[in-house]
Amino acid sequence: MADATLSLASLTGGLSAIIAEINTSSEDRSRLMELGLVPGTVVEVVRYAPMGDPLEIKVRGYLLTLRRHEAELIRVTPKV
Amino acid sequence: MSSSKAKGKKLENAPLFVALTGNPNCGKTTIFNGLTGLRAKIGNYAGVTVERKEGRMRGAAETPAITILDLPGTYSLGPKTLDERISRDALFQRLAEVPAPRAVVVVVDAANLQRNLYYATQVIELGYPTVLALNMMDVAEQNGHQVDALKLSELLETPVVPMVARSGKGLAELKEQILKATAQSQPATNRHFFCQLPAVVQTEVESLARLLAQRTDAPPFSPPAEALLLLSDDTALQDAEMGYPPEVVAAVREARQRLTSAGLDWATVAIESRYQAVAAIHQAAVTEVAEIQETFSDRLDRVVTHKFWGLAIFLGLMALVFQSIFVFASAPMDLISAGIDRLGEWVAHTLPPGAFTDLLVNGIIAGVGAVVMFLPQILLLFLFVSLLEDSGYMARAAFIMDRLMSKVGLHGKSFIPMLSSFACAIPGIMATRTIESPKDRLVTILIAPLMSCSARLPVYTVLIAACLPERRVLGIVQLSGLVMLGAYLTGVLAALGMAWVFKKTLLKATTPLLIMELPPYKRPLVTVILRHMWDRSKLFLTQAGTVILGINILLWFFASYPKNAALEEQYQQAKAAAVRAAFPAVASPEAVEMKLAELARMDKTKLTPAATEALAQVALVETEHQAAVLRQSFAGRLGRLIEPVIEPLGFDWKIGIGILSSFAAREVFVSTMSVVYNVGQAGASDEEKTGLVKVLQQQKRPDGAPLYSTITGLSLIVFYIFALQCASTVAVVKRETNSWKWPLFQWFYLGALAWLMSFLVYQGGRLLGFS
Repeated sequence: MADATLSLASLTGGLSAIIAEINTSSEDRSRLMELGLVPGTVVEVVRYAPMGDPLEIKVRGYLLTLRRHEAELIRVTPKV
Repeated sequence: MSSSKAKGKKLENAPLFVALTGNPNCGKTTIFNGLTGLRAKIGNYAGVTVERKEGRMRGAAETPAITILDLPGTYSLGPKTLDERISRDALFQRLAEVPAPRAVVVVVDAANLQRNLYYATQVIELGYPTVLALNMMDVAEQNGHQVDALKLSELLETPVVPMVARSGKGLAELKEQILKATAQSQPATNRHFFCQLPAVVQTEVESLARLLAQRTDAPPFSPPAEALLLLSDDTALQDAEMGYPPEVVAAVREARQRLTSAGLDWATVAIESRYQAVAAIHQAAVTEVAEIQETFSDRLDRVVTHKFWGLAIFLGLMALVFQSIFVFASAPMDLISAGIDRLGEWVAHTLPPGAFTDLLVNGIIAGVGAVVMFLPQILLLFLFVSLLEDSGYMARAAFIMDRLMSKVGLHGKSFIPMLSSFACAIPGIMATRTIESPKDRLVTILIAPLMSCSARLPVYTVLIAACLPERRVLGIVQLSGLVMLGAYLTGVLAALGMAWVFKKTLLKATTPLLIMELPPYKRPLVTVILRHMWDRSKLFLTQAGTVILGINILLWFFASYPKNAALEEQYQQAKAAAVRAAFPAVASPEAVEMKLAELARMDKTKLTPAATEALAQVALVETEHQAAVLRQSFAGRLGRLIEPVIEPLGFDWKIGIGILSSFAAREVFVSTMSVVYNVGQAGASDEEKTGLVKVLQQQKRPDGAPLYSTITGLSLIVFYIFALQCASTVAVVKRETNSWKWPLFQWFYLGALAWLMSFLVYQGGRLLGFS
């Protein structure tokens, strides 16, 4: 299972993927999920900030920013 | 318990409370303004600095009146920030000061339906009579989403009002629905869940709900909704104000344990179910009429957050804000300053001389005036802050700056308060309210005064002119300009360094998460911005004004007392002598005063040369007298008392008086030094400032060396960079942190830092051979 997933932070700008699991602390996981990042949701990395961090993602039709650190803990599977 | 109290005083004429709630950026404030007009009351929730806004609904009957309470924007009933906790507590009737809502209006952004419906369904399930305001229908349409309000209403079993709040569309229908909802006598407490929970979870929720319903003071909202929240949100159980009895707490813990052993995550299972339900509702109620294309906002973002152009735009905007605060504000500030001076003069000439007039003129008018003077800067700053905020740019600025701020452990959002503090730390500290984490907010407050505010400008200017040689560096740059820049930079670096230290030690916390929405850009509404500026300046004037008034009265007392009879006698005689030189007929002290008052009223150009000479002589006598009074006043004695402490920094007791009096406000240094050194009438016009500079340059140490040498000047400038010499800042920090602990800590750490840095500069400079 773990080998089939990538970290969200490994996607370059413009790529989409499907959320597999969120490995942050429990509190952060529930906030991210409340914002719509539940497993199975399509998420697009829109761009990275000018200094390379944070990144901007599109989920359920709106824009959200996350730091690389959190994005690395979000595992995604490539969209087929 | 607040709910029972609220039930007990069901007065016939008491206004009906309607809570207005919704996600951040859903247009809630615009709807609130539309419903209540301009008469909203703004305050704080008890014990916290979350802004509380309420107002009467326009166009409703007088009795019972309807009061709309605008709750802070929130993403979920499981709160992660202080704002969100207040919203939850208000809806759960756990705030003693907030009456039980009779109905709830939940605002939903039609262009961002899923995430908004996540919260809306949570609120609807509570069982209050609820109205759903489906806002931003125009944006949804532009983006190609056709939202069927009727279908949505049917699915949610709740009245839905499609709206475009910016243009007022749908406002009348919303009011109508609010009236209908408040007219319902009994809340529907048996709302079912929209989400299909797994069977084990459903069973736990039901048994917990039965336990909750047994409580004698069970609040009038749906027990299953409360049970689900208790089960899935840790803060709901932990927060003391929720006050659940031990058997409920135990039951929740056991239920969670059972779910965990069944292989379920109790914290997230309901979130997944709810999003499934929300996605289904979305699919049934929305038709995508156009292929999703790039919106205007997306196109703008490509430039604004671009690797190169994004940074360029950001720096350009910040330079513009910074420039405006200093350049555009200076004319109205001079005007206010002149007006205050004139008011002081007028009062001094109108009222009989005495202690009271002196207090009024020198203590109150001059002191409060020194604060009021900054109003134009505050207005301009908040004009820019609300423009940037309301347009959606602020989130992008935080996005761009986050990398730098996170290096010292702060959030991108801490950037704006720091920038604001260049004008004045007070609005800067008020701007920290947007920072979610209390610890990060506190760190930002603690470092904000290190940014050189505009009140330091006159101090830096005088000291640089007096202490530094006029010289060019590398043939092009003026040394004075370079030192000024250095003073600002030292402050910035110190602020970042201290932030890092605090985050590592005292306020230890991991770098806060940056989970931040980037709302679509929109054109800011003029009315909203004016309203914001008005609210902020009112807050500034009343809050800082009342405290600084008190401190100024105290300071005036210290600088004017104890009175010395011999000194007074000497002063009266010298004044009388000066008057008699021109008007030998004037005899008694009363006649002297009358003659002076008469001369003051006369047109200056029509005075005889002798009278002009007499007036100048009197002015000189007055200045000398002021200096003498100051020298033997409590402040003067204090100056001498602290001399041993400040001597290692290169300061004597006279500078000590300047430093002490600057603890009311930094710019007071200039006028105090004018008094200490008898420089004409204490004033701040350019001519007199150069007069002060000349006098400072003439001061000698006991050994004959100039007192205001380069190294003393630098040491003094460094002291002013670090020390928290501003009574208003202390007062605002006290209010924003709700305790004396933090302002006192801040005052002492900045004071210690100031002393240490000045010591290093002065003693280090001497070691290197400077004098």
